[in-house]
This record gives sequence, structure tokens and C-alpha cells, in this order.
Amino acid sequence: MNQPSPSHAVPHDGRDPMHEHQGSLRGYLTGFVLAAILTVIPFWLVMDDVIANKQLLILIILVLAVVQIFVHIVYFLHLDTRSEAGWNMMAFIFTAVLVIIVLGASIWVMYNENMNMMPMSPQYQQHHPISHQPTGNQPQP
Amino acid sequence: MNTTAIDTAPPAPSDYYSLTEAPPRNGTLLGFWIYLMSDCFIFASLFACYAVLGTEYAGGPTGAEVLDLPGLAVNTALLLVSSVVFGFGMLEMQRLRKGAMLGWLAIAGLLAAVFVSLEVREFLIMIAEGAGPGRSAFLSSFFTLVATHGLHVTLGILWLIVLMVQSIRFGLNEDNVRRLRCLSMFWHFLDLVWVGVFSYVYLVGVVR
Repeated sequence: MNQPSPSHAVPHDGRDPMHEHQGSLRGYLTGFVLAAILTVIPFWLVMDDVIANKQLLILIILVLAVVQIFVHIVYFLHLDTRSEAGWNMMAFIFTAVLVIIVLGASIWVMYNENMNMMPMSPQYQQHHPISHQPTGNQPQP
Repeated sequence: MNTTAIDTAPPAPSDYYSLTEAPPRNGTLLGFWIYLMSDCFIFASLFACYAVLGTEYAGGPTGAEVLDLPGLAVNTALLLVSSVVFGFGMLEMQRLRKGAMLGWLAIAGLLAAVFVSLEVREFLIMIAEGAGPGRSAFLSSFFTLVATHGLHVTLGILWLIVLMVQSIRFGLNEDNVRRLRCLSMFWHFLDLVWVGVFSYVYLVGVVR
């Protein structure tokens, strides 16, 4: 499967793939401890009902999640500005921008969409039970 | 006569390409990273679906009613420990200690297998309770996102088994090391996605 190709004739330049992106035991353990702390806090907040304010609670959960994602990227995926001459970082930043646009814009647009829809209060639904009318198989008059 | 002479002659030094412009030796890792980024985008779309549809219960069960937080805590711990253990395996691989590496990888694979089976069990319980993917838009987007992640983990386990067999049969040669590095990125990436799943889908889904 390994076809000899011209590129294999290139002498090693000392940057052997065997020894790139080295993690260290210390790095993995640091990442693990940080990730565990950042995981336990939101679980504790939700399961013990620590914060009554739902908006604030959701905000805290999301902030902790973003921090934890960066912990994973740095300590487990070993992303830094030097790996692959910076192309890893470029690809990551590009993806992050797209992800933020997709997520942010979807939530923003659909939130406004919901806000601007005709209101359907429970009372309205009771008096106009459109959704509860049987469809199909109606006897023709 | 001429043809024979050409065939047996040593290959002429090739001066028509530049040695300095050869592709980088670790190009596979960069390529795999770009694959992961595109995979990231798939998950982002599914997260966006859940963000938009996550409160459309259609009169069915809400997140607080069907989502199982203690089970989630176990699953989260399993995946996180599996990720770190896989990292230990990679450290042993750098020291070319094959036996120790295989041991760590086997533990990582087993933890991930337990994760997948617990997740399948949770899905079956939810479906049996009438909270299947067809019940509401909330549950459709929930099952799509979480099952896509679960499918990734399942394929990761298969890939891990293949690479373990390869390493046992052919040793830690350059090809296997490169493949294991790719799998390592994949493994850590899935744990990263899970952070988004347990935070946004489960915890926020229960709170709101």
C-alpha cells in the first residue's frame, strides 16, 4: 500500500512524524483535572438547583462548556500556533467562525421568527381547536 | 539493443522537480485535522437544529421529564476518562512500548464501548416510554444529534480494534503510528463534541 513516490526520497529533516505533537503525562493530567472540574460544576449547579435564575444558570453552563472545549483543544488535541506551520490553527479559526455564524444566526433568526408569529395562547387554542380537528375521512355532506 | 541499454541503466537523476517542494511528511495529520473540522461543522448544524427545535415539545415530554442526569454523569465520566487513557496510550506509543500502549488503548476502547451501550440502553428506555424520535421536534433533534455522536464513537471503536490488530501484527511502524495519531485526534475530538452535548443538549435541556 505504500507506493514508493518521489516524496519518500526526501531525506528526513529531523521532523519525524513519530515525534510530533508530543503530549506529556503532565499535560494530559492537567487537562483531565481541569476538564473534570469544569464538568462537575455545571452538573452540581443543575442537579442541586443551586441557582434559581434560569437565564443566569444557562449562561454559566454555556460559558463553562466553552472553557472546557478550549481545555480539550489545548491539552488533548495539542493545538497551538506552531503545529503544521499554523495551518491547523487557520483551519480551526475558519471552522470556529463558521460555527459561530451558523449557530448564532440560526438561534437569532428563529427566535425572532417565533416572537413574530401569531400568538397561540392556551385559551386561543381552546376556542379555536384547529389542531385537534380530525383530518381526512370526513363524511361528505 | 537501445531499449535494453535504457532499461538496465540506473535511473537518471531527476532534476525536473524541486526536492524542497515535496509535500510535508505529516500531511496526513493536517488532512485529518481538516476532516475533523468538517465533521465539527456537521455537529454544528445538528446543534443549530436542536437550538431551534429544542423547545418544540408538541405536547409531549419535556427535557426535564425524559433526560436522565445521573446516567449522563456516568456517560460523561466514561468518555472523559477514555479520552485521557487514550492519551496515556499515545505517550507509550512515543516511547515505542507496544504492550503498554495496547493495554491503555484496550481500556479506552472498553470505556467507550460501555458508553455506547449505556447510551443505547437510554435510547431504548426513552422509546419504550413513548419518547421516541417521532414524538416531537425536540426529540427528533435530540435523537439525531446524540445518535450521530454515538455512531461516531461506535465507528471509532471499530477503527481502534482494526489498528490494535494492525499494531500487533506489523508492529509500531511509521504507517501504524500515523494512523494511531489520526485516531487519537478523532477520539479526543469526540470527547470535545460530547462537552457540547452534555452541556447544551442535556443540562440546558433540563433547565429550560
